[in-house]
Amino acid sequence: MHHSKPARTAVCGQRNACERIAPPFTPIKAYTGRRLNVRIRNPRNFFAGVIFLSFGLCAVVVGRDYPMGSALRMGAGYFPLVLGALLVVLGAVICATSLFIPGEKVEPIGLRPLLLVLTAIGAFAVSVDSIGLVAATLVMTLVAAAASPESRWREVVILSIALLGLSIGVFAYGLGLPFKLLPF
Amino acid sequence: MELLSDLQLGFTVALTLQNLLYCFVGVLLGTLIGVLPGIGPVATIAMLLPATFTLPPVSALIMLAGIYYGAQYGGSTTAILVNIPGESSSVVTCLDGYAMARQGRAGPALAIAAMGSFFAGTVSTLTLAMFAPPLAEIAFQFGPAEYFSLMVLGLIAAIVLARGSLIKAIAMIILGLLLGIVGADTNTGQFRFTFGLPQLADGIGFVVVAMGLFGFSEIIANLERRAKRQVIMAEIKGLMPTREDLAASWKAVLRGTGIGAILGILPGGGAVLGSFAAYTLEKKIAKDPSRFGNGAIEGVAAPESANNAGAQTSFIPLLTLGIPSNAVMALMVGAMTIHGITPGPQVMSERPELFWGMIASMWIGNLMLVILNLPLIGIWVKLLSVPYRLLYPAILLFCCIGVYSLNNSAIDVGLALFFGLLGYLFIKLDCEPAPLLLGFVLGPMMEDNLRRAMLLSRGNPTVFLTRPLSLALLLVALALLMVVVLPAVRKKREEAFQE
Repeated sequence: MHHSKPARTAVCGQRNACERIAPPFTPIKAYTGRRLNVRIRNPRNFFAGVIFLSFGLCAVVVGRDYPMGSALRMGAGYFPLVLGALLVVLGAVICATSLFIPGEKVEPIGLRPLLLVLTAIGAFAVSVDSIGLVAATLVMTLVAAAASPESRWREVVILSIALLGLSIGVFAYGLGLPFKLLPF
Repeated sequence: MELLSDLQLGFTVALTLQNLLYCFVGVLLGTLIGVLPGIGPVATIAMLLPATFTLPPVSALIMLAGIYYGAQYGGSTTAILVNIPGESSSVVTCLDGYAMARQGRAGPALAIAAMGSFFAGTVSTLTLAMFAPPLAEIAFQFGPAEYFSLMVLGLIAAIVLARGSLIKAIAMIILGLLLGIVGADTNTGQFRFTFGLPQLADGIGFVVVAMGLFGFSEIIANLERRAKRQVIMAEIKGLMPTREDLAASWKAVLRGTGIGAILGILPGGGAVLGSFAAYTLEKKIAKDPSRFGNGAIEGVAAPESANNAGAQTSFIPLLTLGIPSNAVMALMVGAMTIHGITPGPQVMSERPELFWGMIASMWIGNLMLVILNLPLIGIWVKLLSVPYRLLYPAILLFCCIGVYSLNNSAIDVGLALFFGLLGYLFIKLDCEPAPLLLGFVLGPMMEDNLRRAMLLSRGNPTVFLTRPLSLALLLVALALLMVVVLPAVRKKREEAFQE
């Protein structure tokens, strides 16, 4: 993505409205006989539109082989195709309007919490069936704790042991949910 | 009086020791998450669903309902004392509640909030008891065409009442509908959008979607903000409101209850909308609007009554029509399905003990909440001093365990991760996730009813317009849509959400 690096500002509510309007960043230049200067004036809407557009396209493309049926007897492909097409249209409209009507820029993305929280969840998913709940709990809490710069390691160790006790005591024994606890 | 005997049945169910206990657990948890910012009722209910597997359905639903309305009480406590809305429905309470607290009048503000909530809870419980049976009668006459039109109305209302951009809300709903039909088609058995994963044959679990969109993504966003939560707690000197306070606020409580109850019934409504609308109204009709924001007690009484009333009346469409009106109700549909109950008008006649037991428990739960919230207020505020760095790993872990144990499926956790990422992007891009979840739950129902309606009418799409009930529902939907497109109303809507 080609953001001009946005200034880090502490509290978004404190800034006045005009500062929050996105500066027209990185023009998309198209050469069509004469120069067009298209700018994304509303980045939030533009990227939202892209997401909708891609989901819609995906639905239409993946769903094209499902039997359509008729309006009387709708096949498996009827409803998804209608929805997918609608989503494509809406996504395109949202993208298109974002080129003309200005809006707020996207707040900077905090990579550390994003990546580490997702990794922690992923680690739990990968490990819970293979090496069991005990290890999964420990791995997950340790990775998750690293997501916040405020975490202190002594606290984290105590916290993860306490959570381990809770998850085994309450979920595995208390509620009797069938967990594999240990790797062997 | 049939109502009395029904309510009596309800109370005999709700007053058993076990159900009282689960009601208490529900409202206690609700208060807890209401006080704590960063975790809401949707994620909590999703997290606790697996824990209710072994319970009888009545107890499970009583507890889950308690979480929702309990959160409305808890949210006001922190809004008033420390200017942090624990729940989005308490955002407006901060304005005048915290102002009162700074003037040393935190006690009366808390007392009025709790008393208003209790009054609203009582009224809306009665409303639920009175209006649900006749509505269910009407619902019995619904055919597939009516159900389809009703869902269209519901989704349109959800768009109209949502905050932010209309067109993005529509796109979110359609995306939700699409995600809802992933899995084996119920009519033809065709696998749709399963991408070769056998785990997707039964569709994506609603808990997976809810947890990702409302649980995981919130945690990431909260960590990013890292706003220093400076807890400057206002001192509480005496809880009793003065005679002037009561005189000033009883009308506001009445108005708030009315607005909240009505907006709660509407699809897309619920607790949040009512509190905003009630506050705006109080400010509009006040003799001296400038008092608002500077500690006007009506500014606490009205929204707090409204959010509690709305939380409770939003059960009406679910229990009578089987249609969820907001994200929490969408989860309740899931909870009922897990316990083998199909939400809809037949619940009342086939499982009267469940229906009336739940209603009676709501009133009992409200009573418990007053007791929990007023004398024990100090404990709740102490909780706020638990730093977020200790809370979020716990929330994250319990969310993961919750998602996993629904089907003992690690794939579900992976899917929830995907929805967490998607939800985070939606937060960044200003897209409200609630309409998506609503569409997700309604997707399969809508397709099914559309198919059946078309089959019954021999492929004639005018069936939606020729059946009077269906036509009426569609006309209401159209009117709602027109209203929002009209520039004057649109401006009002934006103003109302600006507050």
